[in-house]
Amino acid sequence: MPAPTGIMPATLRKDLRLEWRSKDAINSMLFFSLLVVVVFSFSFDPNAEESRRIAGGLIWVAFLFAAVVALNQTWAREIRNQVLDAYRVSPAPANSLFLAKAIGNFIFVSVLEALMTPLFVIFYQLRPLGPTWQLLIVAALGTWALVVNGTFFAAMSLRTRSREIMLPLLLFPISIPALLAMVQATANVLTGGGARVWIALLLSYDLVFTTACLLLFETVLNAE
Amino acid sequence: MNGYLIAAYAATWIIHIAYLASLMRRYSRLKHDIEELKRAQT
Amino acid sequence: MNKAFPILGILTALLLSYALYQALDVAPTEQTMGDVQRIFYYHVPSAWTAFILFTVNFVASLVYLFRRNPASDIVALVSAEVGVVFCTIVLVTGPIWARPVWGIWWTWDMRLTSTLVLWLIYISYLVLRRFSSSGETPILAATLAIFGALCVPFVYFSIWFFRTQHPQPVIGGGGSIDPRMLHVLLINWLAFSCFALLICWSRYRLEELQREVEQAHALESLTQSPRSSR
Repeated sequence: MPAPTGIMPATLRKDLRLEWRSKDAINSMLFFSLLVVVVFSFSFDPNAEESRRIAGGLIWVAFLFAAVVALNQTWAREIRNQVLDAYRVSPAPANSLFLAKAIGNFIFVSVLEALMTPLFVIFYQLRPLGPTWQLLIVAALGTWALVVNGTFFAAMSLRTRSREIMLPLLLFPISIPALLAMVQATANVLTGGGARVWIALLLSYDLVFTTACLLLFETVLNAE
Repeated sequence: MNGYLIAAYAATWIIHIAYLASLMRRYSRLKHDIEELKRAQT
Repeated sequence: MNKAFPILGILTALLLSYALYQALDVAPTEQTMGDVQRIFYYHVPSAWTAFILFTVNFVASLVYLFRRNPASDIVALVSAEVGVVFCTIVLVTGPIWARPVWGIWWTWDMRLTSTLVLWLIYISYLVLRRFSSSGETPILAATLAIFGALCVPFVYFSIWFFRTQHPQPVIGGGGSIDPRMLHVLLINWLAFSCFALLICWSRYRLEELQREVEQAHALESLTQSPRSSR
């Protein structure tokens, strides 16, 4: 039986290499969020004062919708050659597969955020008045919140008809508390306040749902 | 009596009755199915 | 269906009409809001019933994950569906009350918002049940139900933090309620709980019947195919 620690890095490395060669997910995510940036600039006057209030919601909506693109692809390539079925009958622990996928998605979405944030700053003339370092924590915790649930629900929507539509339907309602925390924390920091309460909320959200995902993933993977 | 009050109470019962009607419809469809099954068996 | 069902049906009908009479005639008129306040006698019991049904859904889903028995799966489905019906009533009667009292149909008040989010979560649960292929539905649905239930405290806390930062009109928080009003409220709640139980019961029977018919269909197609090929 292979060591459980070896499977996660191996799967993760495979996914990263695949993505590095094709760049499918990251390109479509970039294009998508770029569109959101442009379209939203039509709906309000992007001066510094106005943007500060709205940017929190705008940035996270862009990242959320872009993340769904990557999340939908997570398991798609594992179905093509019955990889998932092979995985199911192998003695490899299901959770290492799940963690590899979740961390992979976390890396993809983080790269997207790193690339898109400068564009947001330039296009909407953003200059945070509060502690900027808190934004980094919010981004990391918020991205993990989206990605861990997203990876889980993508595995679930795999079993349904019209799976591409199912993922956002399942993911968005459950993510509302996390989204609210992310949007509010970002807006608070931008307008000059702190975001400690929201960071605490995001942290507990992450802990609870990561635990739930790890406890239940095997059940979902083996559901017949 | 207050119009809003009547509207709220009416809305409540309209929703309940609509749901019950949908249950009835499902039930009658099932009954139809069962009869067909019985006919197929004989 | 056995004998208890019509008895419960008649009892519920009597209780509901008595509760309606209590709510419209016996309960004292509120001083500032007037008759509009009587919407509460439908609104609040529906909300309580919906929350109870969602709790039942959570417990039944947990039981299903451990025991894998079809009965608890049906209970989970039925309670979510009827819960959504009651939750819809809460969301419809809330704005009808808000319009004359606050002057606006909808406000992103804490309770309205969190009820709406709860409603969305259980709608997605029902959508999942519709869209997944039959064999896996119970497990997937039970998992989602547990995620939804875990989400509920976060919904409340996040919206509570959110609202304390943006003060808005709040439903007469605190303050004592007239004991006569409380009495009427509880009678209405009892009546609606009985009604919910009645609907759940019939929905449960319907689902059982539906599954039997599906099985019979499957069996029939198994036994018929060799005969037709002969």
